[in-house]
Amino acid sequence: MAQSFPEDVLEHVFSFLNHDRDRNAVSLVCKSWYDIERLSRRRIFIGNCYAVSPEIVIRRFPDVRAVELKGKPHFADFNLVPEGWGGYVYPWVVSMAGAYPWLEEIKLKRMVVTDENLELISKSFKNFTVLVLLSCEGFTTDGLAYIAANCRNLRELDLGESEVEDLSGHWLSHFPDNCTSLVSLNISCLGSEVSFSALERLVARCPNLKTLRLNRAVPLEKLPNLLCRAPQLVELGTGAYSAEIQSDIFSNLSEAFLGCKQLKGLSGFWDVVPAYLPAMYSVCSQITSLNLSYATAQNPDLVQFVSQCGNLQRLWVLDYIEDVGLEALAAACKDLQELRVFPSDPYDAEGNVTLTEQGLVAVSEGCPKLQSVLYFCRQMSNAALVAIARNRPNMIRFRLCIIEPRAPDYLTLEPLDAGFGAIVENCKELLRLSMSGLLTDRVFEYIGTHAKKLEMLSIAFAGDSDLGLHHVLSGCESLRKLEIRDCPFGDKALLANATKLETMRSLWMSSCSVSFGACKLLGQKMPRLNVEVINERGPPDSGPEDCPVEKLYVYRTIAGPRVDMPGFVWTMDERVSSRFSRATEGHGD
Amino acid sequence: MEVGVMKMVNKEKLGLKETELRLGLPGTDEEIMAKNLIMNSNGKRGYKETVDLKLNFSDMDRTDDRKEKNLHKEKTPAKAQVVGWPPVRSFRKNIMEVQKNGSEETTDKTGMGGAAFVKVSMDGAPYLRKVDLKMYTTYQELFDALGKMFSSFTIGMMDFMNESKLIDLLNDSDYVPTYEDKDGDWMLVGDVPWKMFVESCKRLRIMKGTEAIGLAPRAMEKCKNRS
Repeated sequence: MAQSFPEDVLEHVFSFLNHDRDRNAVSLVCKSWYDIERLSRRRIFIGNCYAVSPEIVIRRFPDVRAVELKGKPHFADFNLVPEGWGGYVYPWVVSMAGAYPWLEEIKLKRMVVTDENLELISKSFKNFTVLVLLSCEGFTTDGLAYIAANCRNLRELDLGESEVEDLSGHWLSHFPDNCTSLVSLNISCLGSEVSFSALERLVARCPNLKTLRLNRAVPLEKLPNLLCRAPQLVELGTGAYSAEIQSDIFSNLSEAFLGCKQLKGLSGFWDVVPAYLPAMYSVCSQITSLNLSYATAQNPDLVQFVSQCGNLQRLWVLDYIEDVGLEALAAACKDLQELRVFPSDPYDAEGNVTLTEQGLVAVSEGCPKLQSVLYFCRQMSNAALVAIARNRPNMIRFRLCIIEPRAPDYLTLEPLDAGFGAIVENCKELLRLSMSGLLTDRVFEYIGTHAKKLEMLSIAFAGDSDLGLHHVLSGCESLRKLEIRDCPFGDKALLANATKLETMRSLWMSSCSVSFGACKLLGQKMPRLNVEVINERGPPDSGPEDCPVEKLYVYRTIAGPRVDMPGFVWTMDERVSSRFSRATEGHGD
Repeated sequence: MEVGVMKMVNKEKLGLKETELRLGLPGTDEEIMAKNLIMNSNGKRGYKETVDLKLNFSDMDRTDDRKEKNLHKEKTPAKAQVVGWPPVRSFRKNIMEVQKNGSEETTDKTGMGGAAFVKVSMDGAPYLRKVDLKMYTTYQELFDALGKMFSSFTIGMMDFMNESKLIDLLNDSDYVPTYEDKDGDWMLVGDVPWKMFVESCKRLRIMKGTEAIGLAPRAMEKCKNRS
């Protein structure tokens, strides 16, 4: 059958398809659609930088303008992934520098980026406009100077919560005087003071600046100077929100905020002095996103401020808000969709705030749109979880961290199986779940049975046996990411569900009971998985086969075993595992 | 290097491996540790060549206590001791620490002030770790944690009262913990009171004793002053 549409018509039609899912589907129809699609794909998202190689990507998609890459596993955020594990952006930048001269955007998460990489980026892509580095590390402020100096049309520079070696604040002064393109600047993770006058001038000459997140070193007294020059700001991250109590500072601040008619998001608030919170009252009713999670303000100042924000959709806050504050929130903020409550004192067994399961229940009752929760607390009950589940069947992200591992229902001393079971049973659209507290294999049975849309599951100090893991792997049809620590899960469930792992992005297991022998077997059976054993104590074959590995990271890949592994990471593949087995069988090398 | 290996093998023969100091994570097998004593020709990336094991004789009498403490830790991990729990990002932890300690203007590697997280490197080991100094209250706790992280290595507790012991330690090819302070100077760990150390330490490096000799003079002086 002859081609019904000319190529350029198809290409035009495809240009309306932005989602990868749709583009992937289109590319499977026939060879010509595959070719047209691949030549016209402009945006690439790679959730695991080791799942594919730069060469393969470039070969298939020769004209990409925006790349998003993720490197280290999520548990790297909590120091569970040893330093030097990997996630280097270097090979990507080098390949793309040659292949994608028109590249505009690079977004990286949990990757290692060096100053040389930043220099290469700044010099290789003439139209470079967006650089987002979330939770990255390996670079210094010198690298940022290259970006500032060389990227003529830079629109977005977002350093996220990256670990930047802060040599000086001078880098900001490298933005040339004719740079007027900035739309978003986030330098909140930096410690050094940048030249304030350089910052002021930069802000003043960028009329499209919508997002400005300052670092702690920018003093509160100077904030009005910036706000007056950027009244069009939509998102503001303050610097340190403290100053001596002086009426002129307060009035300048109030006046400056009054001018910010577009402001919708607020963050920052380090070292907050509560007396200055009312300076923002004029914008409170506009605010939809509020991040007070670094603000050590307490009640009543805290709840008073939050209650002013009647249109709040997202709130991140410390547990200083307490149950009473959350009850007020539930009454005042009917549009609330996302709540995150962080612990002010995570290592204190007792805690000195009255934040319990009651606060979360209150919000679940009062806020009909609540769909995303991250909650750190010190006690929980099945009854509370059941109430939350029944109140909010629209929940899609539920992450609960009870600070004491294996803490039971504090009222009945039972496991929290029933509570989490209620969550997965009622919240049918649940995409992400993190659990804590005392949990047996039963909770995994509930999850396997009900959590059909679940994509990401985080488990710690839970379960009794392999059956738990088996329920999850065999039941959760949509599972993409599974991360487990300190659970008695071992070989049987893993091997029995080996093929499941190819349908997922990745599996992380640390301090579990998976044996070295099972890892080898898995690596042999599944050539399209990289089965990586992380053993800091030494090669996994230095003990018997049934010895558990320290950490295991399994992910699907079409790039084969990676070549940049440090000394404490071993890939179990056909060649390697047979070398290991020869050794243990005593055949020698 | 061979001398080091000979030492290890002899000690194993003497059955002294029971007195090895180590903190076992759930599921560790003692056998792994024993096997690590022997050079493994299958060792992949030169890791084995850099292993040196120091058995900590000065702590022999405290071994039993510590073993009990370890068992206890495995059953009910104390919050401060469990790596990565509660799951709070280091970025956040650092910021909270800094705010608690008041807002001093410090510029350090994490960019947010405070000295909570410092990088730890060990000569010959192919990787770095990070420790949060605020998690510990004494040098011994820190050494225990370092020992756990760098597994087959155990870090000697420096006996600052004993000058000759210090000399032995430094002449050995064993390992000695050193740190870089705020002024960029490299010092022997244990030189100053714990709290002062936490404030001033920017990074840790576990050096071979022979290399640390240059740092000895100040420590030696301290010994002299105390005795």
